Amino acid sequence: MKILVVDDEADVQPLFLQRFRREIREHEFEFDFALSGEDALHYLHDKHSEVVLILSDINMPGMSGLELLSRIRHEYDAPPPMVMMITAYGDEENHRQAMERGANDFLTKPLDFTLLKEKLKTLSE
Amino acid sequence: MDFFYFLAAFLIIRRINKSLKFSILYPKWKTMLSTATWIIIVGFIASFALEDYAKDFIGAAVLFGLIYYASKEQDFTSQHSYLLANIPLAAMGLVNCFSELFFDGFHEKYNEYFSWATLIAFAWIFGKWATSKKQEEELRISAERRAELEVLVQERTVELQKQKDELQETLQELKTTQAQLIQSEKMASLGELTAGIAHEIQNPLNFVNNFSEVTAELIEEMELELDKGDKDEAIAIASDIKQNLQKIMHHGKRADGIVKGMLQHSRASSNVKEPTDINKLADEYLRLAYHGLRAKDKSFNADLITHFAEGLPEVSMVPQDIGRVLLNLFNNAFYATKEKQKTAGTDYKPAVEITTHTKGKSLEIIVKDNGTGIPDEIKEKILQPFFTTKPTGEGTGLGLSLSYDIVVKAHSGKIDVKSKAGEGSEFRISIPV
Repeated sequence: MKILVVDDEADVQPLFLQRFRREIREHEFEFDFALSGEDALHYLHDKHSEVVLILSDINMPGMSGLELLSRIRHEYDAPPPMVMMITAYGDEENHRQAMERGANDFLTKPLDFTLLKEKLKTLSE
Repeated sequence: MDFFYFLAAFLIIRRINKSLKFSILYPKWKTMLSTATWIIIVGFIASFALEDYAKDFIGAAVLFGLIYYASKEQDFTSQHSYLLANIPLAAMGLVNCFSELFFDGFHEKYNEYFSWATLIAFAWIFGKWATSKKQEEELRISAERRAELEVLVQERTVELQKQKDELQETLQELKTTQAQLIQSEKMASLGELTAGIAHEIQNPLNFVNNFSEVTAELIEEMELELDKGDKDEAIAIASDIKQNLQKIMHHGKRADGIVKGMLQHSRASSNVKEPTDINKLADEYLRLAYHGLRAKDKSFNADLITHFAEGLPEVSMVPQDIGRVLLNLFNNAFYATKEKQKTAGTDYKPAVEITTHTKGKSLEIIVKDNGTGIPDEIKEKILQPFFTTKPTGEGTGLGLSLSYDIVVKAHSGKIDVKSKAGEGSEFRISIPV
């Protein structure tokens, strides 16, 4: 299962790679990364068919995660990728907007990787 | 005619007596004066028995003696002009005496004239006395007036001194208030920052936690690999662990730097200039300002565009003060874009741009936004203390005026403003390298 992680913090990348070390080695999951909403759209433009799940931060300079979500929902609907939103501000407003714009799930930072792993595993089964 | 000399002498004594009557000198002269009076009376009576010329001589001598003695005496200086007025009479006495003695016939012939002259000399005393009395009166009045004026001046001086003291006190109070305002402005901006700071600290802390956890897992895995004998994999894991520890350190320092920056910001400025990396400073405050605003308005989003020139010299400045200036400019820029977003269409994208470069012998920092801009009619006022366009309670109106003080007064720099209402603003700060 290919997962695209969108976050402006570059260190998110080694973190995911190490957290899912075993899963990656066993080819359960495959991760790709984008550093901004724009980056993510660019990536999806070429590879949207491969990506099953998108994990996106909400608070990013430039295009926000919510905007990215709207664009994805607008442009890619066959088949629609799963989108999970992540934010440091775990507030109602963001949650409501994310759900309204068609997010499949909503996670708050700091990420609970055990929980995320479980969620991903149920998805991939 | 000799009667006049004694009368004049008698009057001199009387006059001196009168003038001294209420002064502390009176006891000293009292006996002397009454003695002198008696001498004159006795002298006058005694002189009846004498020849005319002798009478004149004694009268003139008494008068001259008295004039001479009294005018030498310090205690009688106030009577000086009166004494001098007696000289013609005394002189007349001598003239009478000599003419009677040596030119008796001549004197007899013109006796009438001599008598007239003596009388006139006597009358002269009173004429002189009257004018001098008038002068004295005038002098007294002017002295009184001067005294009055002096009292007035005194009163005014006291009043002015009081006013001056009050003003000085007020000035001192104003200075204290200003210092308090500066501090509260700092605290207000710190308050705005708190959310941004929390966010900024949260991120590195998450990394520290996450990387620590994952590293613990990796060590377990490494042990497993070693048990299995997969040395290559163990080495690969070890290198990841090493990398993670570096990341933990990096993010720990990042959080540390933010806390330190926050403390620096809240602390009363030490005013110590030190070589400062302006790009680092600007980046730090840009993020803080952005996240501060985001924390308040979560739907707000802006493009942060940075044009940091590389290899800039470190410029001597008070970092927390310049940091405040930047923070203020960023806050204003975000505020302006946020305001514009309320009315602009969905196509509008808030953008705040920061540029650093050197220009000539100055370091230039340009903060530009595409917000509401500043209308021409208030452009002049924006640097004035307490001027704000924000609703009551939202802005102190001190941000830009303090920025001006910091840049222009404390760093000998310049602030230039370019703005067009509805299109955005550009603040250009230059600081001499």
